Amino acid sequence: MTKQLTLTIDGVQVTVPEGTLVVDAAKMAGIDIPVFCYHPKMEPAGNCRMCLVEVGRPVIDRATGQAVMENGQPKIQFMPKLETACTNTVSEGMVVLTQTEKVTEGRKGTLEFLLTSHPLDCPICDKGGECPLQNLTVEHGPGKSRFLYDEKQHLAKHVPLGELIWLDRERCIQCARCIRFQDEIVGEAVLGFEARGRMTQIISLSEPGFDSVFSGNTSDICPVGALTTADFRFGARPWELKASASICSQCPVGCNTTFNTRREAKAGGEIVIKRVMPRQNEEVNEIWMCDKGRFAYHYAESAQRLVKPTVRQAKASWTDAFDLVTQTFEASKSDVVVLASGRLSNEDLFNLKSLADGLGGKSILYTDMGGGNLTAQVGVGQGTDLGKLGKGDTILVVASDLYEEAPVWYLRVKQAADRGATLIVANSRHTKLERFARYAIRYANGDEVKTVADLQGDSKIAQEFANAQNAVVFFGSDGLGLNGSANLAAACAKLLQDTKHVGKANNGLIGVWQRANDQGAWEMGFRPEADLASAFKNKIVYIVGADPAGDDPALALALKGARFIVVQDILETLTTHMADVVLPAQAYTEREGTYTSGERRVQRFYAAVPVHGEAKADFAIAGEIGRRLGLNTENGSAMVTFDRLAASVKDFAGLDTNKLAEVKPQWPIVGRGDLYYGGTTYENKQGLGVQLSTAAERGEAVSLPEVRAESALRPREDQLLAVPVTKLYDRGQTVASTELLTQRIGEPTVSLHPETAKRLGVAAGGRVSLAFNGLSAEALVKIDDTISAGVVLVPRSMGLAVREPVSVQVLGLAEAKVS
Amino acid sequence: MSLAQKYPNEVNQIMAKYPPEHKRSAVMPLLYLAQREEGYVTKDALKDIAQMLDITETDVASIVGFYSLYHDHKAGKYRMQVCTDLPCALRGADKFLADLCGNLGIQVGETTADGLITIEAVTCLAACDKAPMFQTQGPDGIKYHENMTVDKTLELIEALKSAGKEVK
Amino acid sequence: MAHVLLRHRDIPNLNQLDVYQKNGGFEAFQKAVTAMKPNEVTDVVKASGLRGRGGAGFPTGMKWSFIDNKNWPHYVVANADESEPGTFKDREIMESNPFQFLEGLALASYAVGANAAYIYLRGEFWQVAALLDEKIADMEKAGLLGEKLFGSDYSLKIYTHLGAGAYICGEETALLESIEGKRGQPRIRPPFPPAYGLYGKPTIVNNVETFTNVPLILAYGAEWYKSMGTPDSAGVKIFSLSGRVKKPGNYELPFGTTFRELVYNYGGGILDDRPVKAIMPAGASSSLIVVDDKALDTPMDYASVRTLGADLGSASVIVIDDTVSIDWVINKTIHFFKHESCGKCTPCREGNHWMLHLTERIHSGEGSQNDVSLLLNVAKQMQGKCLCALGEFATMAVVTGIERFPQDFQKAVKA
Ligand SMILES: Cc1cc2nc3c(=O)[nH]c(=O)nc-3n(C[C@H](O)[C@H](O)[C@H](O)COP(=O)(O)O)c2cc1C
Ligand code: SF4
Ligand code: FES
Repeated sequence: MTKQLTLTIDGVQVTVPEGTLVVDAAKMAGIDIPVFCYHPKMEPAGNCRMCLVEVGRPVIDRATGQAVMENGQPKIQFMPKLETACTNTVSEGMVVLTQTEKVTEGRKGTLEFLLTSHPLDCPICDKGGECPLQNLTVEHGPGKSRFLYDEKQHLAKHVPLGELIWLDRERCIQCARCIRFQDEIVGEAVLGFEARGRMTQIISLSEPGFDSVFSGNTSDICPVGALTTADFRFGARPWELKASASICSQCPVGCNTTFNTRREAKAGGEIVIKRVMPRQNEEVNEIWMCDKGRFAYHYAESAQRLVKPTVRQAKASWTDAFDLVTQTFEASKSDVVVLASGRLSNEDLFNLKSLADGLGGKSILYTDMGGGNLTAQVGVGQGTDLGKLGKGDTILVVASDLYEEAPVWYLRVKQAADRGATLIVANSRHTKLERFARYAIRYANGDEVKTVADLQGDSKIAQEFANAQNAVVFFGSDGLGLNGSANLAAACAKLLQDTKHVGKANNGLIGVWQRANDQGAWEMGFRPEADLASAFKNKIVYIVGADPAGDDPALALALKGARFIVVQDILETLTTHMADVVLPAQAYTEREGTYTSGERRVQRFYAAVPVHGEAKADFAIAGEIGRRLGLNTENGSAMVTFDRLAASVKDFAGLDTNKLAEVKPQWPIVGRGDLYYGGTTYENKQGLGVQLSTAAERGEAVSLPEVRAESALRPREDQLLAVPVTKLYDRGQTVASTELLTQRIGEPTVSLHPETAKRLGVAAGGRVSLAFNGLSAEALVKIDDTISAGVVLVPRSMGLAVREPVSVQVLGLAEAKVS
Repeated sequence: MSLAQKYPNEVNQIMAKYPPEHKRSAVMPLLYLAQREEGYVTKDALKDIAQMLDITETDVASIVGFYSLYHDHKAGKYRMQVCTDLPCALRGADKFLADLCGNLGIQVGETTADGLITIEAVTCLAACDKAPMFQTQGPDGIKYHENMTVDKTLELIEALKSAGKEVK
Repeated sequence: MAHVLLRHRDIPNLNQLDVYQKNGGFEAFQKAVTAMKPNEVTDVVKASGLRGRGGAGFPTGMKWSFIDNKNWPHYVVANADESEPGTFKDREIMESNPFQFLEGLALASYAVGANAAYIYLRGEFWQVAALLDEKIADMEKAGLLGEKLFGSDYSLKIYTHLGAGAYICGEETALLESIEGKRGQPRIRPPFPPAYGLYGKPTIVNNVETFTNVPLILAYGAEWYKSMGTPDSAGVKIFSLSGRVKKPGNYELPFGTTFRELVYNYGGGILDDRPVKAIMPAGASSSLIVVDDKALDTPMDYASVRTLGADLGSASVIVIDDTVSIDWVINKTIHFFKHESCGKCTPCREGNHWMLHLTERIHSGEGSQNDVSLLLNVAKQMQGKCLCALGEFATMAVVTGIERFPQDFQKAVKA
């Protein structure tokens, strides 16, 4: 254990671990030392000079090594100058003074210096009200400026660093928090300073500007209003905002978030969401979130929202809709097929499963990724915290591009590697995480299973994995479909099981699922189905939270074979257009519920805004249908549904809303009065969630499937193999309606090996046509020399329905058509 | 054309100076190389160097911005940088600069009509005992000219002019 | 007296390797590598009392002994940034006596177990770097650098690295950042370079002149070296004399030589034979010394100069006569520091910007007495708060100028 040291700060005795900075020690003792450049998540920089304090240390007698005493007290020698609390680590017997006249003078001086170059636009500044510079100026600042305002340097005030983040050059105080965040924490130095001295200014030369999916975080930690998001800029004043806790619904990480809302004239006096902010959960997202989570919430306010049920495409009352659905289900019972996606909450899925089971029908998970039955057995154990992984631990990421699929996991894994964990990145192509990997394995498409199996040999990597103190495996569906990913999952599970990296915290398997609550869907008993067309044939299909027709023309065709279609969703889609009955569902911003993250943490979200039209919560709709069919399903309260779920789903046993709401002290301390310390991230007062135990952990028998030799189709010489990959910003329903992201979503673009492109006569930016599965489409071309010459990478949810590796015919198009 | 294609020997020599895992160290010498022909660092050169060293263009640009001997815009073929810092100024540097500008008919910061010379005032160049003095920064690197007079400077400019013609 | 550092003034063509070797060159290095343990070299340097010539005067041998031997590899870096206004001594050494400097650098590298040494030259020393590259190549050819030197296990390579116009890169941690290919901004210290230096490895940084002392200290011994100078400041120093003197230039003199001797005996006195008004003994970073007979008779060593309320620093003696007004002097110095502040820390970045506005206003005759007091106040507000010494340096001439030459400011401001 780290040595503990005791020091005195303003007369208060504090005992902290060796290596703690004075500024953090003070914070632990409840004493706020103002900072601008220091941020507890980053290495100290010591450049703003705001945290000046007096520091004294006991005088040690060289001969005896003992403290020299004076009047029965250790004699303290104070440093002649003020010291920065953010760069000095504590020592035994240290005395720190933060309230003396000398300190106050020092703070005043620093503030005055900062203000000589700062504009006086607090009344129109987005940070006004939560700005430490403003607060400290009120506290310490000079009443009148001694600096001649005419001599102030005038700089540009509206500089887009990209479409998402704007910079006000006059407000910037050169603390470099944003630059250091991008460099140290994210590992993408897309922000920098240009010039020097008083001319020092932020620049971003990336293409597109500020090219990072973590850019929004910089506006949270910017201690002034220099960096603002395009979404929130001039949108509202912080003190008008209400905060409600939520969980991000975009990916399986499950970032804890806060919706800031207010009643708005522009919205006809309605309460609307003004911004999404991270909420601290050190074991999940720390105090960060990605830009997709931050900006893509707008789909819930889309004009395409369904507000009223329809029957045969005509507006209908809920009663009529329920009647028709119930009659149809009643009449067909076991012919009912429920197709639901991981966009739904645990409660929704529980009720839907109960309904399907009650009817003797089928329940299908709408996904192209398998393996979810394994995470309940050998998933990561309770108490897992990627933030604890470091030296001696190993993380394998296989067939997943975490940066694009689950950005905050990318961040956490990258940081674990920074702390010394062995990172193995295995993929058929280069991904961003590879830069931080100790071992980068590039396999041929189709060799996924073999690659993982080889990690059980005598190679150095295999040994390192086997001998790791802790080992976590992230597997995904990069380049794979349902079967391929299921095979891969089996191989990964075997690797973990055989090397005894199961059944305990920080060990086990994590699925990088395609939707936020796929894990929850597996837990509720939903299973995917490879052949959806047969599953639909002549059936009564109840589709919830999914748009198969929009995703894949083949599925649209397959749906035509169904006898009756009920679609329950929040937005109008191609699938709702095919429905006999459409049931409008509430967005997750309008209701409460729980999600289960990829790490199998059950977390609760709350309603932030009023319900759109007549929409109802998915669990309530399913519950109501169930009741009408004589099943005992809950149709009123999400949390009652949760309690029922906990009582019947084994892994959830013992859970209740109180458990989900438990919090414990977290470090660093954020969100208190001194917003400068940890930025404007929200403190978590609503609950850190509960991680489910695994079968391995409970000592139950683990039964793993046979590992197949080959993962998936592999490229053949005379053909190109189209393999699906995931893009963070795609045309999926939950992203596309956010205008701000349109540019980042871009055109459908496929990647080709340079030689393949040459053979097809296309260059980067050129166009190709692709023909597969009887369909054809066009796309732009990107060149990637890290992929095999036999494949073409096709992004998911961009209008090219490649759900698993498939042979394609690709032709180069001479003329670049503008779409 | 990339720097590595244009100046393979120089690039290799530069890269050999630093441990391979710290190739970022090569950014400063590479920037001098990039500046050799145009007198400033072009956008393409920023990209090229960033790629070579596996850092971002923003990183490279922030180096260009920090150091005063790198330039991000075109000026005269030669930058004539007169030291007007305290020690030189105590020996008449300010007057020398003013007279020189008067003779050339341009202000500090401006370029002669033929595009040959840009006059700049700079801080101490470590030649304080040989004021007035200046350095020229041009295609052939940086050279010192010490104990100067306006006449001697005008002669130098003539020489640079004809040298330029010969080259062309 | 024969020169110790500027030996080229006594020996023609000393910048040629054969001439340098004929005059005993590289014997010390060969002897050290073949017959001495590394720490024995450090011990001799320690005993000589040699103090760093870069400005701070830190004992050189002691610095070398701080090298962290638990962390490898080690580096040695020569600070040839020489950017302090008024300093031009390292350039003369490197141009005219390059091998003695390189031998000193090689000895230091051996002493601390470094197999690679870098010479960081200010970017303007383009031609000097080219010359050093030639000399390094000569040494390689002669087997004085490279693998397994003199049949020992010791190998050494020396590289030059050009800065690009930034005074702050003379500060040793900014210099290291600059070699690493970053913006030249100072690091937080501690840790100091002997523990955490270039690429995070233990590193010794010394000034060019400091290294140049070492070969002769090894050749003639610590006692010989200590016999020159004063007890506090052993040996000889190159004084860069500039400003209003008749014969500006570098003068190598033992520590303890008086200002009067330097200015009048070596510098030939003041232009137009005017009286000396002020001296800045450490370049633009210096406090202004009010010159009277007592000041002129003060010996130039670290301790004595301090009695005049100034530091000897790099011994760049700028002489100011009575034709010069001090408000102009500080306007010049602040112009320099505003231009050279790296911008990392608030007091220096904002303070210099503010001070420049004030000194411009005062010097142009637009200022008031209030502006003068404000200027003094702003300078003091910077003191003791900056991340590195540059911010501190910027205030020295301002504070001492206003406090010691109030009459010049009274004249400068509007009545
Ligand atoms: C702003 C600043 C500029 C400096 N410039 C130089 C310089 O140009 N040359 C130099 O040798 N030391 C310079 N120094 C001192 C170095 O930081 C360092 O102390 C020195 O190189 C150590 O060498 P020494 O022990 O041999 O003196 C400077 C320090 C500061 C704070
Ligand atoms: S004192 Fe000046 S030069 Fe030193 S770190 Fe601060 S801004 Fe940079
Ligand atoms: S210097 Fe300590 S917080 Fe900025």
